[in-house]
Amino acid sequence: MIEGALWRRWVFYNIPLILFVFVLLFPFYWMIITTFRPDGELYRPWNAVNYMPFWTNDPTLEHILYLFEETNFMRWMFNTMFIALVSTVISLFCGVLAGYALARLNFPYAGGLGTAIFVTYLVPQTLLFIPLAEIIRNFQLGDTPWSLILTYPTFLIPFCTWLMMGYFKAIPKELEECARIDGASRWKAMVYIVIPVAVPGILSSGIIAFTLSWNEFIYALVFLSSPDQKTVPVGVTSELIRGDVFFWGPLMAGALLGSIPVAIVYSFFVEHYVSGLTGSVKG
Amino acid sequence: MAVTALATAEGKRPSRLRRLEDERWLALALLTPTAVLLGLFIAYPFFEGVMLSLSSTRVGEPGHFVGLKNFHKIWNDSIFHTTMWNTFWYTGVTTVFKLALGLWLALLLNRHFRGKAIIRAFILLPFIIPTVLSTFAWKWMFDPTFSVINWTLFQLGLITARINWLGDPDLAMTSIIVINVWRGVPFFAITLLAGLQTISPELHEAAAIDGARPWSRFWHVTWPLLMPVTLVVVLFSVIQTFADFQLVYVMTGGGPANATHLFATYAYQLGIGTGLLAEGAAISLAMFPFLFIIVVVQLLYIRRVETR
Repeated sequence: MIEGALWRRWVFYNIPLILFVFVLLFPFYWMIITTFRPDGELYRPWNAVNYMPFWTNDPTLEHILYLFEETNFMRWMFNTMFIALVSTVISLFCGVLAGYALARLNFPYAGGLGTAIFVTYLVPQTLLFIPLAEIIRNFQLGDTPWSLILTYPTFLIPFCTWLMMGYFKAIPKELEECARIDGASRWKAMVYIVIPVAVPGILSSGIIAFTLSWNEFIYALVFLSSPDQKTVPVGVTSELIRGDVFFWGPLMAGALLGSIPVAIVYSFFVEHYVSGLTGSVKG
Repeated sequence: MAVTALATAEGKRPSRLRRLEDERWLALALLTPTAVLLGLFIAYPFFEGVMLSLSSTRVGEPGHFVGLKNFHKIWNDSIFHTTMWNTFWYTGVTTVFKLALGLWLALLLNRHFRGKAIIRAFILLPFIIPTVLSTFAWKWMFDPTFSVINWTLFQLGLITARINWLGDPDLAMTSIIVINVWRGVPFFAITLLAGLQTISPELHEAAAIDGARPWSRFWHVTWPLLMPVTLVVVLFSVIQTFADFQLVYVMTGGGPANATHLFATYAYQLGIGTGLLAEGAAISLAMFPFLFIIVVVQLLYIRRVETR
């Protein structure tokens, strides 16, 4: 890279980068500071003399306590975790097998099936939520975690399959052929030789699938109705707003605590997440 | 002796396992779980959605076939016109900004400097934190009475009276666009950065030696090489933005006075909110032609890349 004088580097690189980071992270700072701000300070108009936006002198835990004592927040966390984990496992199972078949086996209509899965990858949830709600009701799944566990794979499987196809294609055919010459069956070669090599791909798809299911909103909003069945995004939206009244303190506390599981998973697997993300847009 | 025993054991293995030695049977077995789930929860609902949109069904009232009446009705609905216009405006404006800012951020990150890994990890946060939750933080920042944004603008001397961000249709749309851009820029930046890293620095050096200025180096070297990744990222983002729901639902719920609806939020309001299931399904399906065009473009593009 050709670098210029010091001031140039600041003007063209460092200052813009600092601004980007500031704007991208500020809402999270705002979430945190609101969580710990007492109500008296929270509802002080922006043009009041003592409006003190960026700091608080008497932090409080009242909003977090409200969340645990007055709402089903722990239950929502548990629901979201359970749904996200189970649908991720189902999607990985289906996606790895389908990705293997589409990337490494010769069979009739392979190309057509690959295209079909790619097309479902691009179907947004908002296209089908109304008929799907009817179907869920007819299957007697309404208001149960299974309504989401079974429908989340519809957007996770195509994604996992697509990503895994990329990983499987990169593994040399010879690896499998060696195992088969040594007497392993096709099934064994797949399970013991090829899939272990693709573990980084499985991790990447798994992490992204987990964050996607934690993020999903419209299906959870439409399919679930009782307060103790809800997921975090839906519970926070429906139980902490009464009519026109927003409980901003608990709302921000809920948003903060509800983000933590995703943030933890993400922080452990940043590299896998990034490689999955960039892999997902490779044609 | 031992060899024959082994051979007979092999021969007696269940025929199901032996069948899996045939590539076609194995493929069938491997694809069945996926096909069942996607058939049951994508293909079947799609078919049901079409049937629903051609009927007069409401909640608790099984309807009958009415042909294209629902589509005719929404076509003459002024809220639907606003919705359509909003969706295209929202998708177009956010995509331009996400691409421009994302590319800028990618270029800023495409150097060696201390703390690069940690900065890259942090800037992806808007993209990974559940959208509904981060949108609530924005809604609180845009609150007309307690807005930190109003405070900042006031302190800077840019405004004298409060701005009612979500009360005015144009301002509300602008706020929503800002949040969508905020959430999407990291995705553009990280994927474009991956694209930038595949471009050999030698090409840049060669162009620099030939006397190309930085701007023309970007325009004639970087941009054409980055084009394939850019196109795919843009198409993905366009689909997601076009079908967006969460952001508008949380920020305005389609208000004020139905001025900020997108297809999905209007479909939700009619279909789930007021129980007009058939009309709601028709509005959702109205997205289909546009999505279809995007998917076809993307498929043609992928095919072109694969055959090259």
